[in-house]
Amino acid sequence: MKSVRVVEGRAVPLERADVDTDQIIPSEWLKRVERTGFGRGLFSEWRDDPGFVLNQAEYAGATILVAGPRFGTGSSREHAVWALMDHGFAAIVAPSFGDIFRNNSSKQGLVIVQLPSEDVEALTALVKNSPTLLVVIDVVNLEIEVPQANWRRPFVLDPSTQERLLNGWDDIGLTLRRDEEIAAFESHYAPPSWTGLVDA
Amino acid sequence: MGRTLYEKIWDDHVIAGEGETPLLYVDLHLVHEVTSPQAFDGLRLNGRRVRRPERTLATADHNVPTDPLSVPVSDPVSRRQLEALEENCGEFGVTLFPRGHANQGIVHVIGPELGVSQPGTVIVCGDSHTSTHGALGALAFGIGTSEVEHVLATQTLVSQRAKTMAVTVTGRLRPGVSAKDLVLAIVARLGTGGGAGYVIEYRGEAIRALSVEGRMTVCNMSIEAGARAGLVGVDDATIDYLRGRPGVASGDAFEAQASAWRRFTSDDDAVFDAEVVLDATAIVPNVTWGTNPSQVVALDGVIPSSIDAEADMREAHERALAYMGLEAGTPVRDIAVDVVFIGSCTNSRIEDLRAAAEVAAGHHVSPHVRALVVPGSHRVKAQAEAEGLDRVFLAAGFEWREPGCSMCLGMNPDQLTPGQRSASTSNRNFEGRQGRGGRTHLVSPAVAAATAVAGRFAAPGDLS
Repeated sequence: MKSVRVVEGRAVPLERADVDTDQIIPSEWLKRVERTGFGRGLFSEWRDDPGFVLNQAEYAGATILVAGPRFGTGSSREHAVWALMDHGFAAIVAPSFGDIFRNNSSKQGLVIVQLPSEDVEALTALVKNSPTLLVVIDVVNLEIEVPQANWRRPFVLDPSTQERLLNGWDDIGLTLRRDEEIAAFESHYAPPSWTGLVDA
Repeated sequence: MGRTLYEKIWDDHVIAGEGETPLLYVDLHLVHEVTSPQAFDGLRLNGRRVRRPERTLATADHNVPTDPLSVPVSDPVSRRQLEALEENCGEFGVTLFPRGHANQGIVHVIGPELGVSQPGTVIVCGDSHTSTHGALGALAFGIGTSEVEHVLATQTLVSQRAKTMAVTVTGRLRPGVSAKDLVLAIVARLGTGGGAGYVIEYRGEAIRALSVEGRMTVCNMSIEAGARAGLVGVDDATIDYLRGRPGVASGDAFEAQASAWRRFTSDDDAVFDAEVVLDATAIVPNVTWGTNPSQVVALDGVIPSSIDAEADMREAHERALAYMGLEAGTPVRDIAVDVVFIGSCTNSRIEDLRAAAEVAAGHHVSPHVRALVVPGSHRVKAQAEAEGLDRVFLAAGFEWREPGCSMCLGMNPDQLTPGQRSASTSNRNFEGRQGRGGRTHLVSPAVAAATAVAGRFAAPGDLS
């Protein structure tokens, strides 16, 4: 994964609560065996509606999605993260997130910014009034800022997620370096067996 | 101070040196065709192997057709994904139960029924309903594809300790009220985000009184309340369920194993980070009315109005009513359905099929309803056929199909068409979940069967 130190760009307000991962990318898109090309499936049930916010010209090219509470609940499909990133999003701001979605995002370098509801509402109001406002998410100092509006808020990332984002670390590579530790665990650990399972 | 069941399993599996990120050792990694191809590709790209192929078990479930096995997979994209699973399992030495294999079925049905899902173990799968296996006292949760790749390569997961929540259900469920009605009540109580960050342990007299399959139904929907895992401590029912399963030892060796499993309960003095108590006697047959699983109403009730919703939920409430094509105040029993689906990792086990068949026996599906019964696995299907349940369903006008996830998520041809309304024993009523524009109401197997006969929402007792 690529190192992410700062995300700068325009933001698009979704203004919907409980956007589950089935909404982010419907299951018909999950049959693909590739990791790319999911952007076309992003919010595909809503994209036919010309009034849908992602279809508004003033938000074209936005890289930050401002969403409602409980964004990314439901299915574990990482395809949701791939679709958001393939579309061009680099960060999601919301009052709360689904646990698995948050985890999947951290593996791909999609920055998750959790803010209190009133701050998400304030940011939504700002970018609704002025879609061209620049929003800056600083992963080093854990701050989100709209410089032109003199609006700035801190946010929290768990230290290991922040470290991996800043360094662009690949979890598997890191864990494989701990191979001896895993082998030592296995040497004294008796895992359950299911030897009786006959491959009939 | 005592430990909770979650803490015991965590302590048994955690690998963490001084100042290091904890790794959780995985005993059983279940794999299916949808969330694994990119993970196997990642291994290939980096020249990595599967560290413990013998701890890994794969099956095809999400997009297998439920047509007779003689009918080939007609959708080329689905076929390609099923072939990729076969190629990947072959190349990396992973045991696979492909379409048509005697052990094939929905991944969360076959793990328990084969006896590979065992107490005190850590089980993961690239599927959010992995929480199902928690009914056996295992720590089981869903992961994304990057984590699937991580487990394949290292047999571990980078993990942070979760908070613990006790959901205690006092008293006994009343006759005619099922595990599904109970878990819908729990999800309604917690909301879709109430369990976020927690592992839930289900406790209390009502949980103890449930069969292990009923506990699976409850644990299955933990994720609908936002919790990655749900657990039930080991008791006699757990051990009786596992005895004689293909994956466990037999005779004295099993009994020795079983006594070791008995420690997988929370200690009496264990402290949970949160506790929620429900009264089982107050729970009634439930139906979801909206587009998330916490939008629940009694079968005896009416579609709720947004006026009664919390202020920040009103807009979502109105959107859900509009999507579902419903008006507040409509009695649930007045709502007609087009399709009834009995199946999914929530409710496709033998007890579910027995409950539905008991209702269907001697009746006929309403002429304007299509009703599908999709057993969770070939083993469930064979057992049902040995009991004659297939003949009951067929005589009553239900379709009796081959196993798979089917209409729960509509990745195979079993889908709703736009505007169609279903009564479904599955777990998610999200917009478009069962097919674009489809309208899903989640119910128990008994209510699903009665609804198929009545053509509108009904309890078994409503049928003359």
